Amino acid sequence: MATTTTAPKLKTHVGERIRRTEDPRLITGTACYLDDITRPGMLHAAVLRSPYAAARINSISIEDALALPGVKAVYVGKDVESVGGVPCAGSMPDLRIPNHKILAGDRVYYVGHPVAAVVATDKYIAADAIERIEVDYEPTELVSDPEEALQEGAVKVHPEYPDNVAFTFSQEGGDVEEAFRQADVIVKEKILVPRLAPLPIETRGVVAEYDEGAQELTIYSSTQIPHLLRTQLALQLNLPEHHVRVIAPEVGGGFGSKCNVWAEEALAAFVAMELKQPVKWVESRRESILVVAHGRAHVDTLELAAKNDGTLLGLKLHILCDIGAHHQLLTPIIPTLAVLMLPGLYKFRSFKADLIGAFTNRAPSDLYRGAGRPEATYVIERMVDKLAAEIGMDPAEIRFKNFPASTDFPFNSATGLQYDSGDYATAFNKALDIVDYKARRAEQEAARAEGRLYGIGISTYGEICAFGPSPATPAGGWESASVNVEATGKVAVMTGISPHGQGEETSFAQLTADALGIPMDDIVVVHGDTAKVHYGIGTFGSRGISIGGSALHLALQDVVAKATKYAAHMMGVDAETVTFEGGVFSSEATDSTLTLADVALEAHLCRQLPPGTEPGLAATRFFEPSNFAFPFGAHICVTEVDKETGEVDIQRFVAVDDCGRIINPLLVEGQIHGGIAQGLGPAFQEGVIYDDEGQLLNGTLMDYSIPKARNMPWIETDRTETPSPVNPLGTKGVGEAGTIGSLPAFVNSVVDALSPLGIEHIDIPMTSQSIWNAIHERSRT
Amino acid sequence: MDISVTVNGERFERPVEPRRLLVHFLREDLGLTGTHIGCETTVCGACTVMLEGRSVKSCTVLAVQADGKEITTIEGMASNGELHAVQEAFWNEHGLQCGFCTPGMIMSVDQLLNDNPSPTKDEIRHGIEGNLCRCTGYQHIVNAVEAAAKAKAGV
Amino acid sequence: MIPASFDYSAPETLSEALQLLGDEEAKVLAGGQSLIPMLKLRLAQPARLVDLDRIPDLNFIAEDNGTIRIGAMTTHHQVESSDLLAENCPLLAKTAAHIGDVQVRNRGTIGGSVAHADPAADYPAALLALEAQVKLVSASGERVVALDEFLVDALTTSLEDGEILTEVHVPVEQAGVATAYRTLIQPASGFAIVGAAVRLGVSNGNVSFVRVALTGVGSKPYRASAVEQALEGGPANAEAFAAAAAHAAEDVDVLSDIHASAAYRASLAAVQTRRALEDAAGSA
Repeated sequence: MATTTTAPKLKTHVGERIRRTEDPRLITGTACYLDDITRPGMLHAAVLRSPYAAARINSISIEDALALPGVKAVYVGKDVESVGGVPCAGSMPDLRIPNHKILAGDRVYYVGHPVAAVVATDKYIAADAIERIEVDYEPTELVSDPEEALQEGAVKVHPEYPDNVAFTFSQEGGDVEEAFRQADVIVKEKILVPRLAPLPIETRGVVAEYDEGAQELTIYSSTQIPHLLRTQLALQLNLPEHHVRVIAPEVGGGFGSKCNVWAEEALAAFVAMELKQPVKWVESRRESILVVAHGRAHVDTLELAAKNDGTLLGLKLHILCDIGAHHQLLTPIIPTLAVLMLPGLYKFRSFKADLIGAFTNRAPSDLYRGAGRPEATYVIERMVDKLAAEIGMDPAEIRFKNFPASTDFPFNSATGLQYDSGDYATAFNKALDIVDYKARRAEQEAARAEGRLYGIGISTYGEICAFGPSPATPAGGWESASVNVEATGKVAVMTGISPHGQGEETSFAQLTADALGIPMDDIVVVHGDTAKVHYGIGTFGSRGISIGGSALHLALQDVVAKATKYAAHMMGVDAETVTFEGGVFSSEATDSTLTLADVALEAHLCRQLPPGTEPGLAATRFFEPSNFAFPFGAHICVTEVDKETGEVDIQRFVAVDDCGRIINPLLVEGQIHGGIAQGLGPAFQEGVIYDDEGQLLNGTLMDYSIPKARNMPWIETDRTETPSPVNPLGTKGVGEAGTIGSLPAFVNSVVDALSPLGIEHIDIPMTSQSIWNAIHERSRT
Repeated sequence: MDISVTVNGERFERPVEPRRLLVHFLREDLGLTGTHIGCETTVCGACTVMLEGRSVKSCTVLAVQADGKEITTIEGMASNGELHAVQEAFWNEHGLQCGFCTPGMIMSVDQLLNDNPSPTKDEIRHGIEGNLCRCTGYQHIVNAVEAAAKAKAGV
Repeated sequence: MIPASFDYSAPETLSEALQLLGDEEAKVLAGGQSLIPMLKLRLAQPARLVDLDRIPDLNFIAEDNGTIRIGAMTTHHQVESSDLLAENCPLLAKTAAHIGDVQVRNRGTIGGSVAHADPAADYPAALLALEAQVKLVSASGERVVALDEFLVDALTTSLEDGEILTEVHVPVEQAGVATAYRTLIQPASGFAIVGAAVRLGVSNGNVSFVRVALTGVGSKPYRASAVEQALEGGPANAEAFAAAAAHAAEDVDVLSDIHASAAYRASLAAVQTRRALEDAAGSA
């Protein structure tokens, strides 16, 4: 079996710009997304939703709908009472979780609340049938605005919780009152962070199929968390988990919106089991904007205490989070992340935060890309700029002054987090050099002399990601990976993460190729199917590479160790003398060498099993991180504002990001670019608008505006690479960094541009209208 | 109504309701699921196909309107196992992430390069304004279009 | 997002189409880029659609005797890329290039757009500045109407039951007249929050000819007569343009919605009108 051929010298994969292995199916239209799935006899469901933000349901008449040929069934709340409610993972002592049934009972609490479901042989028929259901609603009083909801005598969203308080959370560090007594200067601001629609281009969808004989329920869902969904569905439907299989097919973007457990998933499962026929439900875009949990939804009030030399002393924060009428999976947890990250990259000595979650007659809010960290970064970066303006200090200088030094790591933040590693000044200096900060300030002076509104905005951001240590993560923060070297020498990697655009089929293959010395073409990365993959947690919170990749790293080490034993036995030498490089085992004790494929075949044939070794060449490992990882970076945005129209021209956008060690720079850049688009969108145009009646006014893409190609600036990216010590790869995570870092850079830039007019703050989205308003008001006074 | 449509060079005859949208006809009646549905209001462009050689949003065309006409979908872009230059460029330049907008985006880019073989960055951004991508921030798409333009020109 | 049921006809002659339109529940389909979304949202539920797409006589651009006739089914793309228009009516060609996006321009038609009468559509600004006319044909005859009279209000025209808009007429641009179109768009839909179209002739430093029209500002696009009057015969300079443009939204009931307040729209109307005047003056 031993051969003397030398494997070809394989280039190193990790760290290279390698095009993605998942792309061929995506660019040829052969990938299978949720709506591409058909099953024999499949029915189609449509959901009727409340047009009122608050109403009693007196009666529902379904006869006309049922009479339509092709309609199989219509379900209302009482029909699905046996199904468990939509889960919420919060754990505050005072957390109130209203009964969140999968279809409304006798009341609706928000516009879009699911009221009934139609199941028909065709989706055109289902759409017709929905219109034939007559619901007798009796509108009741409502409260749409979160600040109003907390006022004395406000309308109660849920009668059982008369103060509309869903939960509270407080945190304090250092002596904040003393800090404010010592302060030379205190700056205050109230900052609104509006609700955002996550808006993946693929909406949600689910196909449910029940095999009565095997008693097996198969759920295809466009989800980021197939395993967690399986556990929750098993609970909601009272089934053993091993009888539920969840498959995440190709998923067309999530951004947190599919890191949830949705009423429609259990509903489809229930219907498939009831009717013994497969059923598909695919959300419309209007439904998506209306009910897919909006992110952010903060009203933040801040006070910052500092010395005249720019030294930051203390921070007080009050967050009011509009959670909507019901909790979704992580609703109460997300705003606590904003509290934890509020100190940003700065050496605050003290800190006090109070958070209140308020019920309103609006759709639930929950996680959206960045989830708490964009809110935190936005407000702290605004406050630091405001302080700099107040004391007449350059906004770059004030940041340098308050960074911990690179030697201060691990660094303990004012909120008790331990930042793993960092070199903030180096990344910031790099960004300043790229944009040529001094030249830009000189240009600004010249522009101002001409009466032009030219701004330079800085954001130095930090984030918490690679979720995470299990004690600090609601559903466990570990991840699993299995590596199986098949008898042919090809390798299957099974991972518990569930990528949906991030590219881990590629980056995991890179890690595997380097560890095993085989070409990437010989590796398949399997994910998103609970029947194929060991339990895992999923893809969210910029955790894929750091947690899933680390589990893979451990499994690969095990495989190599085992293969080395085999190889030594096959070569008849001591294992200690065997080295493995470029896919080839060799030993100083013999001339012969073996490839991984040679060893894999023998490991399956077992003709000469080494003593104390089991057959096969596979390993499964779990990785539990010791801490979160803390990426950071600096974004600088140069803008010019059209004084007459309020339009903003982004002239430069520089992003220097540090996400730890990089596996594939091409993918990292892609994440940064896309993240920045989702930070800039909310900065200048995104945000759902509710009226006083709880109606969402911009509920289609004709009115809700996400960035188009022409809205985006050219992004100049660069990076520093500070490895994380909390996982064996040294990676940190990059999925959310762009979203977190970019928004404040834009806002600070525009405020800087407008500052000669005396404008100190404009809430986001800074549309041309809102900028014009601010200019117009100033020019009138 | 019975309609006859040539899709990717193959002729199909099918009965359809007048209200049937072209995108549903392609995806469900012909099984060509590479064309996607993203917004339903003629904004996102995920459903873009070529109708008589011009790009259209197939969620805003009735199947009956395509009777007797020629359509090219993403499935018809590669030929004889060779990727189309635009597909190759999207792959090389990482012009996609989740891939959901990609088929429509590729069709729009094909239209753009047919109309304007060497567009500037600004012309590219305007040329794809009928297509939304939520993942890439468009920068790698712009790179991909430039690369495809060069490849098509044999540069 | 699925239309309610309807019948569908695709006549090959105009007379056949007119006959089909005798059914008052019927609606003309002319490209469908506005109508089909309304069908999908079930905001429109006609019993029958009469598709004009297969009537060959409705897709053309022709010039005779100083008038350019554009068939109703001519797409925005065809208008945008027409050499005849680029040469003889550049304002219309450049306005067409602003509409929607490439796919919408490939499918949407000038007749469909004009008859739909969206108050924020791009075409009407240019067409009003061009003093365009529309030809309306019915089973009992035909009439040619000034666009200004044709447009009644938002989504409302003087088109009568059984009538089809078959042609749009614009003049060959006069020698020495320069044109411009300026918009600020609603970022989601691409429709104009304000669009200002200008035709400007300057002779010896004075305005010898001027037409200004706006879209998006009120419930109906309009000729800004006050702006024209303020400029006519006077100096063609920045001060005069600014002073005249200040009248751009005069006597208009300015729209207010989630995208732009009335005050902002009115201000933009003046700014974009002034800038369009400057653009035209600069390109002359």
